[in-house]
Amino acid sequence: MHPVRKQRLIIVLFVVLFSSAAIGLIVYGLSGNINLFFPPVEIAAGKAPVGQSIRVGGMVVEGSIKRSTESLKISFELTDYQATVPVVYEGILPDLFDEGQGAVAAGRLNEEGVLMATEVLAKHDENYMPPEVAEALEASAAMGKGPGQ
Amino acid sequence: MWSFFHKLGSPPWLYKISGSILRWLLPITLVALAVGLTWGLLFTAPDFRQGNSYRIIYIHVPAAVVALAGYYIMAIAGAVSLIWKMKMADVAMKACAPIGAAFTFVALLTGAIWGKPTWGAWWVWDARITSMLVLLFLYLGVVALYEAFDNKEAASKACAVLSLVGMVNIPIIYKSVDWWYSLHQPASIKLTGGSTIDSSMLYPLFWMIASFYALFACAMMLNMRVEILQREARTGWVKRLALGGASRGAKS
Repeated sequence: MHPVRKQRLIIVLFVVLFSSAAIGLIVYGLSGNINLFFPPVEIAAGKAPVGQSIRVGGMVVEGSIKRSTESLKISFELTDYQATVPVVYEGILPDLFDEGQGAVAAGRLNEEGVLMATEVLAKHDENYMPPEVAEALEASAAMGKGPGQ
Repeated sequence: MWSFFHKLGSPPWLYKISGSILRWLLPITLVALAVGLTWGLLFTAPDFRQGNSYRIIYIHVPAAVVALAGYYIMAIAGAVSLIWKMKMADVAMKACAPIGAAFTFVALLTGAIWGKPTWGAWWVWDARITSMLVLLFLYLGVVALYEAFDNKEAASKACAVLSLVGMVNIPIIYKSVDWWYSLHQPASIKLTGGSTIDSSMLYPLFWMIASFYALFACAMMLNMRVEILQREARTGWVKRLALGGASRGAKS
């Protein structure tokens, strides 16, 4: 290769490597802030600020949803299977919000450790399948063969 | 191999070869897109939880995949034009930026449309969505930066450096859902191990991704041809083409 071009090639590699390293370090330094939500275990450990607006994400505990009969008030618990956070919310929930499914709730923690949510988002997972396949998987799991995936 | 590389640097040759490729690639792409959309939107089963709204995956995922791949093409073309001062690499880089921006915009827009019924929000500042927005700004930045210079050579150099520096964003977008807690779900198609999307939904998705790559290639070539003609407007071969174009245009 022509020496001038070789030199330019080295400069280009230099630019790519060093800018990647610099941006990589910035992103690594900010990684705590890039997380969209706190998992319940970090709330239990006291890492989340009390009285400030935060987001908590996890699975909605089976059987924990309690709906009020006269208003849109709802309470449920979010878990990451290590800790749980109780959530109180009043408003419209997304269609995919359900027990045993992922959800992210935004709001403030009060002194009792209850999240007073102002917004609840459903978190979809990466599983896509037709209803028949889901039913077949459930049936085989119920028969004790274990889920297919 | 090197003679092919040298031919790529010749505007008349590139103009001619891209014209003959487009003649069959463009119709094939349009048919493939129509087939893929019909297959994905009408003939696949609904999802067990999302129902029919998941079908936007057949536009969202291919657009996002091509937007990411297109950035590498732009950055590599930029590197080639920096190192070898190859004019046609510069043309490719310039042609790539608006196309990439369009695909990124489609991915963001379809994501927002899907996010409202699924998550309950049009827009969430999570790592995947924010880094994708940065990608859109990088593409638009290259477009704007190119136009900001009067001197073509300086414009080419600055845009090449910008696209090379921005390359770091691509792995960040790709891995953002694994590195951080995000609302966006992790990848369903896995290179190793089983995919978590049923194969009856996966095949039309692969089909659409291939079609979108073909669409990107067509858009690239169309854009490059215009740029070549504009740059070479004063040369003999373009004048001859313009004069002889009337009779040849009628034939094809």
